[in-house]
This record gives sequence, structure tokens and C-alpha cells, in this order.
Amino acid sequence: MNDTAAIFDQGEYNFAYLDEQTKRMIRRAILKGIAIPGYQVPFASREMPMPYGWGTGGVQVTASILGKDDCLKMIDQGSDDTTNAVSLRGFFEKTAGVRTTYETAEASVIQTRHRIPEKNLREDQILVFQVPIPEPLRFLEPRETETRKMHALEDYGLMHVKLYEDIAKNGHIATTYAYPVKVNDRYVMDPSPTPKFDNPKIDQMAALQLYGAGREKRIYAIPPYTKVKSLDFEDYPFEIQKFDKPCGLCGAEDVYLDEVILDDKGGRMFVCSDSDFCEERRAEGHLGPMAADPAAAHIGGIQPEETAR
Amino acid sequence: MGTPLDVIPKNAPLTAGFPDPIHDAQACFRAVMNALARPGSHQNVTSVGLEPPKPLTPAAAAIALTLLDYDTPVWLDRPLMASEAVKAFLRFHTGAPIVTEPIEAAFALVSDPAHLIPLASFNQGSAEYPDLSTTVVLTGQNFNNALSVKLTGPGIKDTARLAAGPIPPIFWEQVISNNKQFPRGIDLIFAGETEIVALPRSTRITISEA
Repeated sequence: MNDTAAIFDQGEYNFAYLDEQTKRMIRRAILKGIAIPGYQVPFASREMPMPYGWGTGGVQVTASILGKDDCLKMIDQGSDDTTNAVSLRGFFEKTAGVRTTYETAEASVIQTRHRIPEKNLREDQILVFQVPIPEPLRFLEPRETETRKMHALEDYGLMHVKLYEDIAKNGHIATTYAYPVKVNDRYVMDPSPTPKFDNPKIDQMAALQLYGAGREKRIYAIPPYTKVKSLDFEDYPFEIQKFDKPCGLCGAEDVYLDEVILDDKGGRMFVCSDSDFCEERRAEGHLGPMAADPAAAHIGGIQPEETAR
Repeated sequence: MGTPLDVIPKNAPLTAGFPDPIHDAQACFRAVMNALARPGSHQNVTSVGLEPPKPLTPAAAAIALTLLDYDTPVWLDRPLMASEAVKAFLRFHTGAPIVTEPIEAAFALVSDPAHLIPLASFNQGSAEYPDLSTTVVLTGQNFNNALSVKLTGPGIKDTARLAAGPIPPIFWEQVISNNKQFPRGIDLIFAGETEIVALPRSTRITISEA
């Protein structure tokens, strides 16, 4: 048990921070979201002890579904150890005392900001997304009354015009993240600002997907094994990003890569955005072109001990 | 019917709710959520220690304690409505207003599914707000009825089967027309003794070899 888990034992908070009435309200919204895949269910989003943009929607969804036997993983842009992931993981360790992990396979609930793990998810896992702007039509039509009508009438012409204008201006569909999808042949949905690289993963995914937008007060969901189609045209089919190099550290291909600037002389490397996937591959002995010699890593490992002496 | 269902003395003590309100409600919610996310699948529902007044079943009581509160008008079918003990139990533990018009209900509890009113009488939601519809909970279900239907749609890998009963006559035809008006429509929860199965409006039903 770590320090934050010890705080949980003091009984300062209700389990997972939210009060039970709030959880019931959110749970009912989640059930409606599952019954109407891709439809944004309004809910009475609460003020959370973190600013909007930090994942208040995802946190409320996670807090409402979390049980004491769950194992939680937090990802921020694919990584387990960046500020957002570390803070939110600490939040749930403190308020729910649940077990947390970095390993995708070990987690039963995974809350994510802007990425989907590279590893295929299982039926017994739940993926919770943090969503900033849930309405895919919002930048095309600012009025909620109108976008609501457009969803009711299944009037998505405007979205296709937007994609067409992309092609007219750039010669290809230039939308690279928050790429609109059609869920179960009915609702057009924003898959949150994940790179479009991840769109094929949400189609027929074995795990349940829940999306929470705290500031915009919307919850939506995609049940397991649901058809999710990225919008496109017959002559301009949907395509995902391709990388011409493998991951610099683990050599993985067909994964989403982050660019890391190394110096001010134009040096750069590309590494897996999914840090757990990359570490697991390196542990298995895969080495990328820019990975350090394993022996060097070993030397690095014993350094603190030497300093202590 | 005919016989009075409620012979409990006026000052009978209320039976208890969940022994562990936070975690029992969470476990029950996860069962309902998994059931809706995977239509046709059987989920175990925690109703340990619940002894609600008859004809409210422990599984139905668990669902009520998990999902109902002052925000959710609840409709009761005739046998439940006839029992003051059931109403007192629900009022005390959930605070949910009990309504007589099915169209006003967020949830409906049905203890005598064979005599269920038409599904179309419940709130179907609107085209703009399909989430305002009623969730209907059928209790006392078993899942080995002679007639089984084939399920396809979101949450189902290939196909699933459901053989729930007792159900009213021409029930599956009603469920099929319920699905046809998607995204409007009601969601159904079939509650057995310890197992529940759910059928969201998104599930397509085929009545095979009937």
C-alpha cells in the first residue's frame, strides 16, 4: 500500500469521491448511452476537484462504474506517466483505494485521454474516454437546438460537406484526429481527439467504450461488437496515418508514434505513443534502431546505488 | 388476482435495504450495465440480504435500490401498486415518486409480466431526446421458455438467444416494433431470481421456428 492509499483509509471521501445520488444519475445516463449507441446523453455534470480539460467527464464516468475489486489504468496521450495520467491515477488511489496498474492486460477499467492502447482489449475490460467537445457538428453548427435536430433527423450532410471541402482544399481528407464516425448506421459521433489511426480499433471492439464530457455535460457509449464506420467517400476512402520508420526504442511497426525532439540541430526520434506497449516489447527483447544497448541500461540501473555509497 | 396480496399488518417494520449500500449498488449497476452492453447475456445480480415485501422480488428490489431516486418517477403494475408494503419500501429506500400513468415513468416495475400493458403505453422518448424513455423491469423471469428469439445488433458478437418468460401474448412483436422506431423506444430488463438479462431498444429480434 502506498501513501495515497493510506489516505483513503482515513475515510475522508465517499468511495470514488462522488456521492451516491450523483453516481446513480451518471449510471442512468450510462445505461441510456449504451442503449442508444453514439447518442449523447445529457447529464448533470458535477464540479470536480480538477479543472475542465483535465478529464472531469471521464473521471465522473470512472467514479460511477468503479468497484473496489477493479484495477485501474490511466493513460494520457498513450502514456501512463505524464501529468494528467499521474494526477488522475493518484485521485482514484486516494478516493477509492483501488489497485492501479500500467499494464493494459491487467486493468479492468482503463481511462484514457486521446489514445486507445495498441494491445487488443478484452470483453471484460471497459475503456473510458475523456472528451472535450462531444458534438461532432459543433464547429459546423454552433446552436445546440440545431445540432440536436440534425441528429434527430439523421441530417449529416453538413459533415460530408466539411470532409469534401477538405478534399477540395488539400486534395485529401485533412482531418487527422477527432475523425467523425457513424455508430451502428445511425448516429454520427466524435470519437474524442484520438488520432484517426485509432478509429479502426473502435469498430467491433470487444470492450465496452464509455465517453464522458464534463464541461459539455454529455455521456455517450459504444457497446462491444458494434459497427463503427469512419465517414468517407467511395473515391476517397478512409485511411489511417502511416509511419515510414518503426519505433526508435522497440522497433514496433504499425503502431502510433510520437515525435521526440532530441536537440536544437534537428535531431529527432519517433517512439511508440503507447508507453506500456513499448516497454513490454523492450522487456521481450525487441530493440529499435535508436534503443540503447541493453548492457547500458543495466549500468544505468545500478547507478543510484553507487551514488548512495 | 382476486385474493388480497397485502395481508401485512399496518405497523410491520420496513425490511432493510442493501447491507453495504455503496458496493452492493455498484455491483448491481455493473450487472445491469453488462447486461445492456451485451444483450441476451446472463448477469448475476447481487441481492444478498434483501427481503423486500412480496410481490417485489429481491432482484427487482436490488435494481430499484441501485437506479431509483427522487429524479425517477416509477410506475408499478397492478399487484405491486396494490401492496402498501411495496410502496412503503420503495418510498423509504429510494424516494422515487410513484406514478399511475406509464407515460410519466422513468422506470416501470412489473411483477406480473403475463398481464403487462402494451409496451407502447410507456414513454418512448422523443426524436431529439430518446433518452427520456421508460426502462421496463420484468420480474419473476425464467430463461428456459419454450419460445426463444434470436438477437442481433450492438453488443452481440454474432447472434444471441433469449428464452425469457412469462411474457404477455404478442410480446415479441411489440419488441420488434419497439426496435423499429430506434432511437426512440423502451429498454427492457428481465429479472430472474439471481440472474438478469437486458434488451436495449437497439437489439434486433427474429422470431425463429415459432
